[in-house]
Amino acid sequence: MSLHDQDDPAVRAAQEERLRKVWTPPKGLFLRWTDVNNNRVGVWYTLTAFCFMLFAGVLALIIRTQLAVPDNDLIGANTFNQLFTLHGSMMMFLFAVPMFEAVSIILLPQLLGARDLPFPRLSAFGYWSFLLGGVFVGGSIFFNAAPDGGWFMYPPLTTRTDLSGLGADIWMLGLSFIEVSSVAAAVELIVGVLKCRPPGMRLNLMPLYAWYILVVAVMILFAFPPLIAGDILFEMERLLNWPFFDATRGGDPLLWQHLFWIFGHPEVYIIFLPSIALFAMLVPTFSRRHLLGYPWIVLAAVGTAFLSFGLWVHHMFTTGLPKISLAFFSAASEAVAIPTGVQIFVFIATLWAGRVTWSTPLLYATGSLAIFVIGGLTGVMVAVAPFDWQAHDSYFIVAHLHYVLIGGTLMPLFAGLYYYWPLVTGKKLSDRLGRIAFWLLFIGANIAFFPMHLSGLMGMPRRVFTYPAELGLGGMNMASTIGAYLFAAGVAVICVDLCLSPHRAKSPRNPWDAGTLEWLAHPDDEDWGIRSVPLIESRYPIWDQKDFVAKVDEGRFFLADAEEGRRETIVTTVLDARPLAVIRLGEPSVKPMLTAIALGGVFILTTYHLYWAALACGVATLACALWWLWTGTAEIPEKPSKPIGHGIVLPLYIAGPAAPGWWAMFITMMADATAFSGLIFGYFFFWTRHAEFPPMAMADGPGIAWPMIALALGLASWLLTVSARQVHARGAVGLARVALMIGILASVAGIGAGLAGPWESGMDPQTHSYPAIVWTLVVWTTAHAGVAAIMQGYVLARSIAGRMDPQHDADLRNITVYMHFFALTVLVTYATIGLFPEVA
Amino acid sequence: MTDRGKWHERLKVTLWTLIVPPILWAGHFLFSYLWAAISCAKAGAFMTFPIVFVAGTLLALALIGLSGWIAWRQGGTPGSSAPHEDGTDIDRLRFIAKSTLLLAGLSFVGVLFTVLPVIFLRDCM
Repeated sequence: MSLHDQDDPAVRAAQEERLRKVWTPPKGLFLRWTDVNNNRVGVWYTLTAFCFMLFAGVLALIIRTQLAVPDNDLIGANTFNQLFTLHGSMMMFLFAVPMFEAVSIILLPQLLGARDLPFPRLSAFGYWSFLLGGVFVGGSIFFNAAPDGGWFMYPPLTTRTDLSGLGADIWMLGLSFIEVSSVAAAVELIVGVLKCRPPGMRLNLMPLYAWYILVVAVMILFAFPPLIAGDILFEMERLLNWPFFDATRGGDPLLWQHLFWIFGHPEVYIIFLPSIALFAMLVPTFSRRHLLGYPWIVLAAVGTAFLSFGLWVHHMFTTGLPKISLAFFSAASEAVAIPTGVQIFVFIATLWAGRVTWSTPLLYATGSLAIFVIGGLTGVMVAVAPFDWQAHDSYFIVAHLHYVLIGGTLMPLFAGLYYYWPLVTGKKLSDRLGRIAFWLLFIGANIAFFPMHLSGLMGMPRRVFTYPAELGLGGMNMASTIGAYLFAAGVAVICVDLCLSPHRAKSPRNPWDAGTLEWLAHPDDEDWGIRSVPLIESRYPIWDQKDFVAKVDEGRFFLADAEEGRRETIVTTVLDARPLAVIRLGEPSVKPMLTAIALGGVFILTTYHLYWAALACGVATLACALWWLWTGTAEIPEKPSKPIGHGIVLPLYIAGPAAPGWWAMFITMMADATAFSGLIFGYFFFWTRHAEFPPMAMADGPGIAWPMIALALGLASWLLTVSARQVHARGAVGLARVALMIGILASVAGIGAGLAGPWESGMDPQTHSYPAIVWTLVVWTTAHAGVAAIMQGYVLARSIAGRMDPQHDADLRNITVYMHFFALTVLVTYATIGLFPEVA
Repeated sequence: MTDRGKWHERLKVTLWTLIVPPILWAGHFLFSYLWAAISCAKAGAFMTFPIVFVAGTLLALALIGLSGWIAWRQGGTPGSSAPHEDGTDIDRLRFIAKSTLLLAGLSFVGVLFTVLPVIFLRDCM
């Protein structure tokens, strides 16, 4: 169609009618929950995370009430332990991380001018997993079964079943389940940012929020999997008595601390960066100018992301590691202050250079920066190892981390809440209530947490349920309690403000007069996301591009119609956002929810040692996933291409490295490989901790022969799949099928050969950490061989069913990515367990 | 790719080259940590100023410097007008080049930070 066709209101109305029909949400008491559109799933996600935050906040108030006066007996030690463990765990895993994912699911498609993210059903799956896991973990406190080992769950206190109850399993398995949803969100957000930008939005024009989200999602891929590896070892010890952390049988509790903090420290930046990203959006709006130093923000985000992985040992300064090791981490901890400082200076410079419009969101932003800077400065203090030896596990640390998290995560989110509420609901929140809440929060936070620096330095340890009056800490604790209640009052005022919102009038469109794409949203919003996908020529298109809003609204840009009655969005290139293809998006479906419920069953039933039922749920999960993939992915379109306007015709099918599906597989496998490297780290960690590893008495297992046979079979399976892809692309479908069939046999035989190594040499994983870690590596690798066989079988079936042909081979290309990683896993595992004992 | 121009002009900066300097920092950091951890655990002593550490550090600094230099050269690619914030090929190139240069600076400082402990501390206590 040409531009002139869009001059006709009747044409536009017909297009709008078709778009509206395609994007109509499902209705009905149950069916409405099968929606997958980002504007709904994102809102559910946000509300759920907000509720978990309120719940965890109430737990904190109980803690502060107990500590208000010395020798208090409001609650006992046991309840206190559950309260602080659940408070920390929920705030981290059920509020901070999911809240960033939730907000991004709402905002990202708007910021990128996309109809939706590339995998809407994956977002829905992530949400349902989060809800189930969150209720499971949070609800445990009502049954006196909440975890009570602190949010980092240090063994051996938590691995010995005589010292800790079901709570440890609930933490481990419930939160593992939530980690799955975080990795799912990371996949969705990375592919969204890289592949679903509007035409013309090159990397240098991308909204900074998208840059931050890209960086943070990549961090999730490398931070969460070590914890997943740790969770696996931890549950193997609790459920099967494999002694990874039991020093009497060759284990080492420090291994858990390493794996936990390799996750735990980047985690701090994972929740800090997306919140600071909100500033990068609202500071230019209220400064009435472009953000200064765009590349400096990219430096700050990418630099922080890298450095944050070199900090984990600063949580372990008092564990007796060699001083030289501590010093490396101390140096990196100081270095991270550089990029963190850079972004704060960029914001200050932008405000300085602009014409500031004072507003409630900006008040929150500046206030939270002040709080964050105090937390940052005490962070520089505790990064110095000798100071940390004095302050470790005291209330000084509690003060530091709360300043960082309140200033760096919570208050910026409130800034974002006041800024973006009109985007989501079409209504502004009350400036008056917002400011009252701000001052309650700001004063409350300082009264609550500043005295903790002093009480900590005076000797008050963390995690004590009461303290004697003779210590003279009563006054400062009372101040902290009063501050906590003031802070809670601030949160309550915000809740009141939110509750009053439905009764208020709609605000005008783009109420802050912002320049970025997301403010195209109309107060009476349609479900289609954006009327037409724009051509971007500036970082602030609403400010800089002539008649931009009108052109979008009148469908004068791309993909203004839904002729075939399908939900669609445009896929573009990574660097320059040149249009590549139109992809069909997932429609409302019950499959994501069913898959999440089945997977939840695996984790929850395992907690209660109901292994057969858990296994049944595992089979159900696999069946749901296959059903979902078979019916919803890599569909061969009814025609090869379609016009999107302005004379551009795009294909409806893409495969290989240009396609979102390929990227999703690649990203998922990066996470998988990182988890695997956590297990391999375990093997070599034990080697450094023992004078003799493998121990002499066990050194003959698993031998060389079986691991080498398993290695050969794994590599054969990989080679066969790669060959299948090559010959299939040239049209030799029959030959490709034969290669896949032999590949399945090689994968399955590889399972047997892999397990035969430790089995034939009689390695008992309960006796020592060596057989336990060998078994773990073998089980991990053979499980991957099983998945390889299923994938090869799936692709074979797709080919036979006519759902894959040489021109439409996305499935085969995607599983080849899996097989590359599989080959790497096989190589590293069998070379390590088979050959390393020979040279050790 | 044409054969016109110098090699450092042909080697265009991309999203992958952007992360080369911090990856070099990470590699150097991991190498330092593992080397210290393994030599303390296995040799019982931290070897004083071994040639491998000095060579590895110089290599990391040289490579970071090189990537920074390439980025600096490309960051000055002519053909667009200030403030270089438009949707053109050259502005996109200049942006990634400038970000890479900044990251090279940070990574260079990061490596120097990692070296400091070795200058002052050499035991496994």
